[in-house]
Amino acid sequence: MAAALHFHNVTLGYDRHPAVHHLNGEVAAGALVAVIGPNGAGKSTLLRGIVGILRPLDGSIHLGGLDSRDIAYLPQSAEIDRSFPISVFDFVGTGLWRDAGLFGGIGKAAREKILRAIASVGLNGFENRPIGTLSGGQMQRILFARVLLQDARLIVLDEPFNAIDSKTTADLLALVKHWHGEGRTVLAALHDMEMVRNHFTETLVLARGPVAWGPTAEVLTPENLLVAMRMCEAFDDSATACAEDGRSRAA
Amino acid sequence: MIYDALIGPFTEFEFMRRALAAVIALSLAGAPIGVFLMLRRMSLVGDAMAHAILPGAAVGFLLSGLNLFAMTAGGLVAGFAVAILAGVVARSTGLKEDASLATFYLASLALGVTIVSIKGTNIDLLHVLFGNILAMDDQTLLVVAFNATVTLLVLAVIYRPLVIESVDPLFLRTVSRAGGPAHLAFLALVVINLVNGFQALGTLLAVGLMILPAGIARFWSRDLTVMICIAVVAAAVSGYAGLVLSFQTRVPSGPAIILVATVLYIVSVLFGRVGGIVRQLFPGRHLEA
Repeated sequence: MAAALHFHNVTLGYDRHPAVHHLNGEVAAGALVAVIGPNGAGKSTLLRGIVGILRPLDGSIHLGGLDSRDIAYLPQSAEIDRSFPISVFDFVGTGLWRDAGLFGGIGKAAREKILRAIASVGLNGFENRPIGTLSGGQMQRILFARVLLQDARLIVLDEPFNAIDSKTTADLLALVKHWHGEGRTVLAALHDMEMVRNHFTETLVLARGPVAWGPTAEVLTPENLLVAMRMCEAFDDSATACAEDGRSRAA
Repeated sequence: MIYDALIGPFTEFEFMRRALAAVIALSLAGAPIGVFLMLRRMSLVGDAMAHAILPGAAVGFLLSGLNLFAMTAGGLVAGFAVAILAGVVARSTGLKEDASLATFYLASLALGVTIVSIKGTNIDLLHVLFGNILAMDDQTLLVVAFNATVTLLVLAVIYRPLVIESVDPLFLRTVSRAGGPAHLAFLALVVINLVNGFQALGTLLAVGLMILPAGIARFWSRDLTVMICIAVVAAAVSGYAGLVLSFQTRVPSGPAIILVATVLYIVSVLFGRVGGIVRQLFPGRHLEA
């Protein structure tokens, strides 16, 4: 199957300091990939690079024919200002940006789509609630509802199951598997090794650079996890320029 | 009696009608901008920008006296210059934007007052600092109305990206590039409305008719659209009542308007439905669900 994502010697980071070093490889269309690694391993950074929020310091990410509009991104909920006075309906409705844009009206069909998305994450009747009144799990559900509405071929989830209970996790995981079943490509940054082992076919172990990448059963070994755990978290202000792989640097 | 006090001044005097029209135009455009300033946690940025306008307006005054167009143009140039410079300094040095803005606005205020006092009298200085809505002529009124119209049109264009950027900036960046331009357009609207308010309320109080109504609205609703409507009404009511107060008691009009808004604000803090103090002290019996 054609690749949905192709990483060519990608280095991503902030202010010249890399958070993910020299990543090569590709994600097949329709793959269900878990990205795991300790805190600070560069998982979120990698996902931000994929969805185009962060430009690579070096190398490139190709979206195999996908437009940036074919990507749905679920940010960590800490990035969202929940004190802003916006209702669940309007928040989920922003998932229709691709169709509605700046001025497009939200007609009857669109309204029904939004209501269906809210219903399918089990939040019937919450439409008019301000997002500031939701619990953590409910907030996560409406983030999933928005992804649902975006109807994208590539779905990127940043720690979607953090700090939510097992019932919500099970519901949302079912949604992820449903997307996988529909042939969409799904990448998720995760911490729960059991979940990765049981539900994700492919795994990328990250520790500021790739430790291992492949079928979950082969990659999720104690050895690889130990390597990831020992990752150096250093952020050195006096670090010299990285010399690895001069070919892309020279180009 | 009541008619004479509340409506008489406006039927009798042309300058009062003009002032009322101006204050309503200011409310329609400025209050929604104020709501976004508050929700984006930029209230003090608005205040700082208001001071930044002063030297530009003062240079306009120096060149052509109390001429509206010269002062407005100068104010716009100075406002944009300070907004951009503060942004550049913050991005290129790692100094927080509010800190660099504080430096610029203090410098601007000092510079502006100095420039005005080189040529003008203390009366001129008072006019620049606190405005004079009662001295508004037809031309000024037209400019105020024009700026208000432009503000509402531009706000309609940038409304969606502005809202999404406030709630979930990362999401917006994945679906659209409109976030950056919307933010810049919003800053431009802030400057335009400050210059607008400057004619009526002066540099020191111009931001008052934007921020105070927004603060009032926050205590009455959790819905953005409703908040904007409440803010507009609160601004217009403050404007009207302030004008009446000023007319009846000879208090300067700008401070009178802001004082009325302050009273409304205090009432809202005390009795507001959303987080008001009384409501918190006596919440009533808890609900079933």
